[in-house]
Amino acid sequence: MNWLAIVDPLFDHGVDVAVIVIVVVKCLVGLGLLMTSVILMIWFERKAISDMQSRIGPQRWGPFGLLQTLADGLKLILKEDLIPSEADRTVFKLAPFLVLVPAIITFGLVPIGGTMTIAGHTVLLQVANPPMGILLLLAMSGISVYGVMLAGWSSGSKYPLLSSVRASAQMISYEAALGMTIVTVVLVTGSLSVHNIVTSQSHGIWHWNLIRLGVVPFVVFVIAITAELNRPPFDVVEAESELVGGFHTEYSSFRFAIFFLAEYMNTITMSAIIVTLFLGGPAGWAPNVAHLKWLFPIAWFLLKTIGFAFCYIWFRASLPRFRYDQLMDLGWKRLIPLSLGWMLIVAGFLVAPGWGFMMGAVVLIAYSVLARAFSLGQSREVGADSVLPVVGRRPLPGEVLRSMTDEEGD
Amino acid sequence: MIATTYAIQWVLVFATSALLILVGAVGVISVKNPVHAALCLIMTLIGVAVAFVAQLADFLAAVQIIVYAGAIVVLFLFVIMFLGVDRREHIHFEPLVGQRAFAGVGVAITVAGLITLMAKSHWVSGAASVTTKLSSGNGNVRELGTAVFTTYLFAFEATAALLIIAVVGAVLLARRERATPEEEA
Repeated sequence: MNWLAIVDPLFDHGVDVAVIVIVVVKCLVGLGLLMTSVILMIWFERKAISDMQSRIGPQRWGPFGLLQTLADGLKLILKEDLIPSEADRTVFKLAPFLVLVPAIITFGLVPIGGTMTIAGHTVLLQVANPPMGILLLLAMSGISVYGVMLAGWSSGSKYPLLSSVRASAQMISYEAALGMTIVTVVLVTGSLSVHNIVTSQSHGIWHWNLIRLGVVPFVVFVIAITAELNRPPFDVVEAESELVGGFHTEYSSFRFAIFFLAEYMNTITMSAIIVTLFLGGPAGWAPNVAHLKWLFPIAWFLLKTIGFAFCYIWFRASLPRFRYDQLMDLGWKRLIPLSLGWMLIVAGFLVAPGWGFMMGAVVLIAYSVLARAFSLGQSREVGADSVLPVVGRRPLPGEVLRSMTDEEGD
Repeated sequence: MIATTYAIQWVLVFATSALLILVGAVGVISVKNPVHAALCLIMTLIGVAVAFVAQLADFLAAVQIIVYAGAIVVLFLFVIMFLGVDRREHIHFEPLVGQRAFAGVGVAITVAGLITLMAKSHWVSGAASVTTKLSSGNGNVRELGTAVFTTYLFAFEATAALLIIAVVGAVLLARRERATPEEEA
């Protein structure tokens, strides 16, 4: 079991009862934190948007309306649970959990503080620190695509299906740019482990990946992750004016609540992931007080994460929604080339400055070729007239069969 | 031949992943609805990823889920959704004459090959590092990268070229060609 110790100092002395208890407690505390922060996040979002729109917002339940979310959740759970008659029942019931479970697992990656010493064991303030590290984020966002896609398909309804096709196309498109920026971070860290990514940035603000990598990967990452979350301004998935209510139109009661729970969990987790990858995570100034040293990293982490959570609310209140083609243009034609080129430049500079400048020149040439290609593509004739009938194609097996049976039977 | 390190936790992990793989695989070919079949395929892929983790191949496990479960099966589902799943497939119709016989021969050859391989090499028990010791549990990416970019560079680049050719070919085939001007009426 020695290989476990490489991943987490908790397993340095093997696995005994104390270690198992610590791991279970970490999981429970992580889940509790996530649930609490979802409740606070929804309240925060409603209050902040109310302020921006000169309204009061929730105020009845609890002090400052803090318990409004609980009341809403209770109301949703007590409502009738409907399954449309046209729905695929198994998949319809499965889909919300395909969204929820990745959201919970991803939060487990985030280091919310430094280390603590409990009963002689060094404990990372992070639910899990798997060796595959940050790749788990990509894997989980890949799985959550299914939740959205199957929720729309299994509803057996027109608009949810359209929404889910949009959603999955959007999420897959932006995953490429997302992956490329994560590669940039991994290159400069030299490790996939989230803990190592954070510790490599802990030597002061100039070591934060935000500055160390140039600001470009950070910007690309924030845009891509917002699109991945389907948050405004990238919420074409829910576009009420076009699609009724998006992929969860047919959902009600608890299953509907699960989708929203997962969405807000993801918003919080992704704010935390941005902080982890680019702003040093829990890094920050800490006074040399004997027993409170562990507290300051947590405070720094919370402060930064709340900052980004507020940015998401701000986006929602102030930015108009992208059109679907604009969204695809931004993803494929701007973000992917930009992140790919930047990754090559960073890789070049990691070898030697000379290589870095050479890569920069190569990337510039490639961009100019690409820009030429885009302008040629835009001047191409489009529209209904440019689409011509296909010259011919091989008949599908079903059609061959139909023609045969038609001859025999009818 | 049975692996010497036969710890109970590895057997448990192996049994879980084997169950996921088998149930998923049987599901893919036995379930009627194509979307359900695709879901079963995802289950198999996740089972394989679990098996990879048990073999300390974490990077492969992550890539397995990101690429296969996260992208390729999504494309399958796209195709299934757009073509419509309510279309009835006629199982008694053979587009290729004699394909059933060929399929039988293919299965027989594969099974025979597998049995030969299993008889000659290590038994699958879920134990890690049976053939060779991995130098460290954490250096997965480094070792894979070194292998791919030095020893197997040619194979790697050839695969890359193959993929590019496939993409360009697909784009060419999908592009609507202007037929002869006479037909355009």
